[in-house]
Amino acid sequence: MTQVATAPAAATRRRTPRRGRDALLGVAGLAVLIALVEVLPRSGAVDSHYLAPASEMARALFDQLGDGEFWVALGETLRGWAFGLALAMVAGIVVGVVVGSVPFLRSLTASTIEFLRPIPSVALIPLVVLIYGSRPESALVLVVYAAFWQVLVQVLYGVADVDPVVRDTARSYRFSRWTMVRTVIWPTALPYVVTGFRLAAAVALILEITAELIIGVPGLGRSIGVAQSSGAVALTYALVIVVGIVGIGVNVLARVAERRVLRWHSSVRKDIA
Amino acid sequence: MTIAAPVALDISGVRKVYQGHGREVEAVRELTFQVTRGEFVCVVGPSGAGKTTLLRCIAGLLDLTAGQVSLDGTKVTGPPEGMAVVFQEYGRSLFPWMTVRQNVELPLKEKGVPRAKRGEKVDTALEAVGLADSASAHPWQLSGGMQQRVAIARAIAYEPTVLLMDEPFAAVDAQTRAELEDLVRSLWRRMGVTILFVTHDIDEAVYLGQRVLVLSNRPTVILEDVTVDLPDERDQLTTRSSPKFGELRGHVYEQIQAAKKGYRPDEA
Amino acid sequence: MKAVRQIAFVLALPVILVVVWWFASAGSENFFWPPLSKIVAAFPETWNADRLTGDVLPSLGRLVVGYLLALVAGVLAGTAIGLSRSLRAFCEPVLEFFRAIPPPVLIPIIALFTGYTGATPKIVTIALGCLWPVLLNTVEGVRGLDEVLLDTARSYRFRRHTRLVRVVIYGASPQIATGARQALSIGVILMVISELFGANQGLGASIVQFQRSFAIPEMWTGIIVLGLIGVVLSALFRVIEYRAMAWYRGLRRAERGS
Repeated sequence: MTQVATAPAAATRRRTPRRGRDALLGVAGLAVLIALVEVLPRSGAVDSHYLAPASEMARALFDQLGDGEFWVALGETLRGWAFGLALAMVAGIVVGVVVGSVPFLRSLTASTIEFLRPIPSVALIPLVVLIYGSRPESALVLVVYAAFWQVLVQVLYGVADVDPVVRDTARSYRFSRWTMVRTVIWPTALPYVVTGFRLAAAVALILEITAELIIGVPGLGRSIGVAQSSGAVALTYALVIVVGIVGIGVNVLARVAERRVLRWHSSVRKDIA
Repeated sequence: MTIAAPVALDISGVRKVYQGHGREVEAVRELTFQVTRGEFVCVVGPSGAGKTTLLRCIAGLLDLTAGQVSLDGTKVTGPPEGMAVVFQEYGRSLFPWMTVRQNVELPLKEKGVPRAKRGEKVDTALEAVGLADSASAHPWQLSGGMQQRVAIARAIAYEPTVLLMDEPFAAVDAQTRAELEDLVRSLWRRMGVTILFVTHDIDEAVYLGQRVLVLSNRPTVILEDVTVDLPDERDQLTTRSSPKFGELRGHVYEQIQAAKKGYRPDEA
Repeated sequence: MKAVRQIAFVLALPVILVVVWWFASAGSENFFWPPLSKIVAAFPETWNADRLTGDVLPSLGRLVVGYLLALVAGVLAGTAIGLSRSLRAFCEPVLEFFRAIPPPVLIPIIALFTGYTGATPKIVTIALGCLWPVLLNTVEGVRGLDEVLLDTARSYRFRRHTRLVRVVIYGASPQIATGARQALSIGVILMVISELFGANQGLGASIVQFQRSFAIPEMWTGIIVLGLIGVVLSALFRVIEYRAMAWYRGLRRAERGS
């Protein structure tokens, strides 16, 4: 009742339909950025060795699209990212579910996880370089190491979130471990798994690009490094933009997956309880 | 009523139209009334009548489409000095990172009251609402009723000319509500502050107020200005069971029922 | 008894792992995996006072400076953007784009501008990389502020400064803390990478030098030190967050309880 009374007041300040205007403003923001990037280097305000005009960036980008090597590099980046992410997801889910559902294991591993988790995976770079040089395996190790923790932590949260009443009910019906996992733990943990996926996907991309940039593993990151050190300014920026677009794509993909799974999940959730 | 009673709040021709979902909604069509100094006026109306909108307009939190609100003769264009608001959502109006004492003290700090005086006022206010012992607790450690008392303490420590209360006890259980009602009345009598009290609870409005303004449904106008001629000394038990109370309450109830059906004074 | 049990759990697995590592690598002739004993022995020599002050401290210093810059800029900008709907709509696509760029990729860009020697480009790298989580989380936190809180501040006529700091920023602080935490891990990563890219001095640079000159046990000590720094910084952050967010924890607990 009071909701109705307060809603109008709120609507006055917040929900006024300016969505169209917001979209326009957003486009304006982008346009201003592009305009700046075009004007500043051309006018000489910023040295064109530092910043290429937007139009040249665009041209370099288009040229790349016709260049076979570019697509190969893109494929290598995506492949490394996807493979590492998949490994990390599987490992993270398995370890997370196993450790999470056994309280003894949980308390045993807690300190170790807390210790290993903040170790930056880049600390492994020198080691990985020694062993694998600039082969894709280098990137794989880094990607899996970093992404694994993201997934693991989320899965542990998820398993911990299981409603004790539901779990006790299952136990009183003497569900086997596997059935328990399948019908109780997994559905509860699923939203967390998906969150873990989103976080891990972003981290995996960062590490993949890092490995390519720093170690020289084949991929877009390496192409950027090469472009920069040979002074191809517009190309460097163009490739960075491509990486940004890939990043956005990864993010969007992860969010779509999240929404899809959660929608399905809420219908499943009703069946457990 | 009396000749020389100064007018604390002068609401004249207030109209509020806002944009909602692509159409214009007229929340308040025309409100004109006055509140004299020291009065306790309650406002009731059917749900959706725009009671909260009205209060926010008076408090200066919303702009008016037409008309004017004056506090002690000065036009209100933004939250004016000398006015304090107690919101219904007490949990959300108290700052959770501050203690009770800090919450009550902050408006005084902003007002520029020197430290020593501040401490006094805070202590007095907390005592008046019965929370002297909870000064160093955080709001979320207290019950709902106690939190609302903190909000009330904060308002009275501020020593406003006019106290606006927006359905302050709607989210509180019945027993606590009765205590808080009596608390507000006793504070009113002790401090002589002017109170404009919005509520959906008819019994509460009649019990608390000297006048009850009954609102129509949207677009809101005043249906009737009911004078509550109950004795000044009121008591949950005896007052509420007195025949006069029953009469007044019944009358207001009828008006509200009519308002819900769309009855409007100009059409009568 | 309970305390002993708790301590036992905390130490058990780590101790077991270390012991296993020690013995498994004991007689190792493998080039990449020297015996743990050798690694431990290499510690005091490698990480002597010189290296600590000449390499580790400057690295950490750059991290701290870059991080603090990002915090301040992120909170200020985030607050401004969060409070103004138009500004937010204006900046959103641009911010989303910059956010999607993996921080390490900033390095070649910065290298275009200033080359990559010296402290400044590294600090800039760290600051830029740490900026986004702080900025975006601040915007989220400010946006999500309860209306009633803001109305209360307005109705009591709080001064602008009070409103901004003691209401908006305090109110958004849980979300800002999340951003700060993310920024810290990014900062550590960038601290290392920025040195791997081009430096002759610093923690990351030292480790690379060891690796290049095949001083493997020393390289391992470097990795361990880096790991330790990551852990210590994270623990430090958590302690500070714990203290500062005590009110928030209490609030959530109370909300969940009711």
